[in-house]
Amino acid sequence: MNAPAPKAAKSDPKTATRRYFRRLSRYYLWFTLCFALFLGALGILEKEGMPRQWIGHLYMFATIVLYATIGVVSRTSNVSEYYVAGRRVPALFNGMATAADWISAASFISLAGTLYLHGFDALAYVMGWTGGYCLVALLIAPYLRKFAQYTIPDFLAARYSGKGSNGNSGRGIPVRAMAVAATIVVSFTYVVAQIYAVGLIASRFTGVDFSVGIFLGLASILVCSFLGGMRAITWTQVAQYIIILVAFLIPTMWLSAKFAGNPVPQVAYGSVLPKLAEREAQLAADPREQEVRATFRARADACAARLAGLPRSWEAGKVEAQRQLDLARSRNASLGEIRNAERALLVYPRSADEAARVWAMERDANLARAQPPEPHAEPFPGKTREESDIRRNNFLALVFCLMFGTAALPHLLMRAYTTPSVHETRVSVFWTLFFILLIYLTMPALAVLAKFDIYTSLVGTDFSALPAWVSYWANVDKANPLISIVDVNGDGIVQLAEIAIDGDVLTLATPEIGGLPYVISGLVAAGGLAAALSTADGLLLAISNALSHDIYFKIVDPGASTQKRVTISKLLLLAVAFIAAYVASQKPADILSLVGTAFSLAGSTLFPALVAGVFWKRANHQGAIAGMSAGFLVCLYYMLHTNPVLGGNGDAAWFHIAPISAGVFGVPAGLAVLVLVSLMTPPPSRASVGLVEHLRAPE
Amino acid sequence: MPIDSTPLSTSAPDAGNAAHARIVAARARHWERARRLVTWLLALWLATTFCTVFFARDLAHLSVFGWPLSFYLAAQGASLTYLAIIGGYAWRMRVLDRDFARALGESA
Repeated sequence: MNAPAPKAAKSDPKTATRRYFRRLSRYYLWFTLCFALFLGALGILEKEGMPRQWIGHLYMFATIVLYATIGVVSRTSNVSEYYVAGRRVPALFNGMATAADWISAASFISLAGTLYLHGFDALAYVMGWTGGYCLVALLIAPYLRKFAQYTIPDFLAARYSGKGSNGNSGRGIPVRAMAVAATIVVSFTYVVAQIYAVGLIASRFTGVDFSVGIFLGLASILVCSFLGGMRAITWTQVAQYIIILVAFLIPTMWLSAKFAGNPVPQVAYGSVLPKLAEREAQLAADPREQEVRATFRARADACAARLAGLPRSWEAGKVEAQRQLDLARSRNASLGEIRNAERALLVYPRSADEAARVWAMERDANLARAQPPEPHAEPFPGKTREESDIRRNNFLALVFCLMFGTAALPHLLMRAYTTPSVHETRVSVFWTLFFILLIYLTMPALAVLAKFDIYTSLVGTDFSALPAWVSYWANVDKANPLISIVDVNGDGIVQLAEIAIDGDVLTLATPEIGGLPYVISGLVAAGGLAAALSTADGLLLAISNALSHDIYFKIVDPGASTQKRVTISKLLLLAVAFIAAYVASQKPADILSLVGTAFSLAGSTLFPALVAGVFWKRANHQGAIAGMSAGFLVCLYYMLHTNPVLGGNGDAAWFHIAPISAGVFGVPAGLAVLVLVSLMTPPPSRASVGLVEHLRAPE
Repeated sequence: MPIDSTPLSTSAPDAGNAAHARIVAARARHWERARRLVTWLLALWLATTFCTVFFARDLAHLSVFGWPLSFYLAAQGASLTYLAIIGGYAWRMRVLDRDFARALGESA
């Protein structure tokens, strides 16, 4: 027993750790101060008349240089530094870095908008994405730290090693390969979405081309993770978290002070909610609103009539479009009119099948706009009790899927390895959730405040006096306008039903909605960029580590030198990054709509094996393989079966559960199969049981 | 290797066996307590999540500081409970770890 030994050596490493912690705190305080100065300087420059474009460029340039600098400073070729940041990141900073890793472009940019559009229903994301950390903290993270290796497949392969050819315990290659496959499938869809977001933000704020934006962002990701692996990424992510936090809180606090007279939005928006509910009721009954909604209903009916008349209506429509074009040409109409007629013919569905799809979408879109606004704070409104129950069940299913998914995302769990001790890992999960909550508790507040502003000051204004931000954001992305307001009933006044708003615009436009200078808008863009880059960093590292460490080192060439391992890892990182950037530059709509499903897939595949690995000694090699396959297949089958994007049919859903929540079937299926198959096959080897004992024992 | 990977040897002398048995017993006790803690906290986590969602419609009429109760719980209450669960777990586990170290110290 070595109980007395650590006691003697205890004071030394402890003071060293404390000194290290203090040094880090000092660095980041300085960083925050410099960042504030930078903001102030830009504010003054804007007052002096610096053009918007320049401010956007400066933000892009400054932040990318910052991340690259941190990357260069923390470059490393040491295996432990490269894979797990030397296992000496203090809990607080690990928490910050994990929070930045976690807050993706989707949650920074889109979550507030989703809350704005869907009210209570969208709170499922807030609950699911925070509740998942309970599972991480209680069931997984401390045991991974105790295990003290490098990747998630490492853990699964060691625990489910199976039997080797010589009768001793094997190397767990099948489990490792499956875990690597799951890591790659999950992380790759996710990383493509992040890089796509980088391109969007860069092109919107600096006016560069979308693909140039992607490669600019990629450069900063690469300098950072290529040179320093986990170590560089960790220290960059801490800086990125600070930027994300400042960028999110400043405009929201401003709005809160403006509408609720209290700069703490989390507390203040309670007083705005009743006022918002009142306004919603008023707008629902307003005769002009009803007029606009009736127009949309009429359009939907027209679509439905055309759909019912297929395929004859398609032919008639095509002939009519051609006739309009000929007519315009023959009477020498203006060029604009001819262009419009040409475009109408060009976008006309090519076949009756396509027409059926396009018109059904058009009908649904019009129908959606014909609905009165749903009360923001009311849970599960529905015409009948049954409809309301379905919404409740879907909410519950989504919450659980997001939770299980969170507890199984490899890039997140990888972070459990980087702290100095098991205790620090537990504390680090606490800090992670704390830092995430600073943002997530503010999101619903921002949604309510912005909604109140739009419902009271934008609705009812004259079309000639629209605020500047509306026209600015309407013109940013011409193909998919972020906001469009069309005078449907021709009365010259904005009605709520006339506003079509894309959720993404909300966070980006908040500073302008609140009347703040453009510097703050640029700051928000920099925050969005930081959110996307930090998540992309972590994901790329998770993928390249899975390939280099788990496939190359553990399976292909176990005798590789440490130098070679790190070099291979860096090369793979480069390759994966370029593939991801190439895929993102193709703007793959299908992949982007599938990001939400990554949670279900991760949860169904990895969660049962991870938890049973620690909490159930009897779980064995065969059980893990069967459980992982079953979870993955059930989840995949349900998605293919019910998701219209993947060629499924929404009516085939079980218990009316939406395809995004496929994990609600996948996780139990995976768990059940794991248990059954484990019980039907011989118990795990002595080594596996010994490993479980080791994991459970305190330090 | 750390203490916990000590093999279950049968050929060791009696004194070693007794010490070994004490470690095993202390570890079993620690794990038992840790497992009970995790079970309770998971039950709390499940209850918070499930009740917040399942009874949301019934709680919507109650109001706290302007929020309908169900909206407050889903937007802030549940998340803060999760934070408390994680905080409580980290704190309690530290206590259990220290108890374990003390038990080992006494037996040594």
